[in-house]
Amino acid sequence: MRRVVVTGVGVVAPNGIGMADFAAALREGRSGLRHVPVMEERNFGCTVAGVPDEDRVEELCEAYFDEEERRAMNSSHRFGCLAAVDAWTDAGFVRPDPADDDVNWDAGAVIGTGIGGLDTTAERLIPLTDAGKVRRLGSTMVEQVMASGVSARVSGLLALGNQVTANSSACSTGTEAILEGFERIRRGKAGRMLCGGTEAASHYIWAGFDAMRVLCRTHNHAPAEASRPMSASAGGFIPGCGAAVLHLESLDGALERGARIYAEVLGGALNSGGHRSGGSMTAPNPVSVQRCIRAAVGDAGIPAAEIDAINGHLTATGADPTEVANWSAALDRDPGDFPWIHATKSLIGHGLGAAGALESAACMVMLRERFLHASRNCEDLHPEIEPFADSVPHERVEIDDLRTIVKSGFGFGDVNACVIYRRWED
Amino acid sequence: MAMERADVLRKVVEIISPFAKNKEALVDVSEQTHILDDLKVNSARLVDVILEFEDAFDIEVEDEAADSVNTVGDAVDLILARAG
Repeated sequence: MRRVVVTGVGVVAPNGIGMADFAAALREGRSGLRHVPVMEERNFGCTVAGVPDEDRVEELCEAYFDEEERRAMNSSHRFGCLAAVDAWTDAGFVRPDPADDDVNWDAGAVIGTGIGGLDTTAERLIPLTDAGKVRRLGSTMVEQVMASGVSARVSGLLALGNQVTANSSACSTGTEAILEGFERIRRGKAGRMLCGGTEAASHYIWAGFDAMRVLCRTHNHAPAEASRPMSASAGGFIPGCGAAVLHLESLDGALERGARIYAEVLGGALNSGGHRSGGSMTAPNPVSVQRCIRAAVGDAGIPAAEIDAINGHLTATGADPTEVANWSAALDRDPGDFPWIHATKSLIGHGLGAAGALESAACMVMLRERFLHASRNCEDLHPEIEPFADSVPHERVEIDDLRTIVKSGFGFGDVNACVIYRRWED
Repeated sequence: MAMERADVLRKVVEIISPFAKNKEALVDVSEQTHILDDLKVNSARLVDVILEFEDAFDIEVEDEAADSVNTVGDAVDLILARAG
């Protein structure tokens, strides 16, 4: 099997757009959370969300895409396509000329979404259809609401000719996408894959979660403090959005062309818990979580002792203490011997289908620059996490020998994904 | 007041322009310019162009009439026949 590395990253995150801005945001511990007026107007319990700078997104879209393309791109398309194009150019490639009929048969994409184009569905598809104005939907409705709309658009922007698809596994979507592309390259079926996730900025997406009372309602007055993973005061997650795309390619290919390498994807695992042993549509089966982590470590071929840090799923719900206990059991590492553990969601909220990709982009920054960003808002650690207190960075920590980060994603439906990244030594 | 043909032509070109993949063909666009073959407008987007004609000129264009629009001049004829 071929070795696979990450050689490009594109990111549209609530706290930073583009890798330079995102890296600075992580270093500073900058929050991307803000008050969202429409959530207050619609009587949401939670009125805070993580949303990328809209003006900057619009500015970049005008620079990257022509007007005909922009007319067919809703929020998740804009985030996902910006991230994909940035990942492509960050990897050292140029965008092909639309008039050039050459197709890159060796390059593909797996760009997933948890919910998809619900903004378009809610704002145009349903109102116009219900008003009997179906023909007013125009030609771009299908591509904006189909689950594979973003990967399809990216295929056209970059002339991709290998597998182009979209996965969907709720909040593990982004991590799963990376592992799907990883496997394809590993098995020699593609030379390079753009992998990640995207999720729209839309209160229609967040409404259902608010109804479930799984969003934080206690910190509407202080957005930057509202996402509180691992804290005793965690009362739900803050919804987020955006996109990140990683450019994965074979190690041989990357070395041959002298590419800058962020990290190697050592291995990973995907599984589900079958809604048993406490697992359900909304909660993970701890047996399956532990199996997934162990399988990822096994796939990576490293001892669990080599894991330096955990970039957890850690959403700021009551599941956080269970997640930490699962990590401890699966890695067979107790407090005192436990790796660093932190939550990117403390800065950007929960990007849903984009979360695993956004957080993997953070891992790329941190491995390359040898630091772990602060896990904010957990000064009051949950009592069950308190024994692991020495492993939680409340401030940024510089770690010169930071080599291996494990990233997980756990999603509604009792689905799990776990991937292991190792810093590339030039 | 009846619309001037030149004004309609100008507006038609303005509406089609964002959809044209061949921007060079817009430079010397005329009534003979073919919307798909010359301007390289994606055929799927013709329905959007027609919707914009409807909004801009306050007309209704049935599907059969829309199918008869091949050139820029066809569009001008269609609009003048309905809005003139």
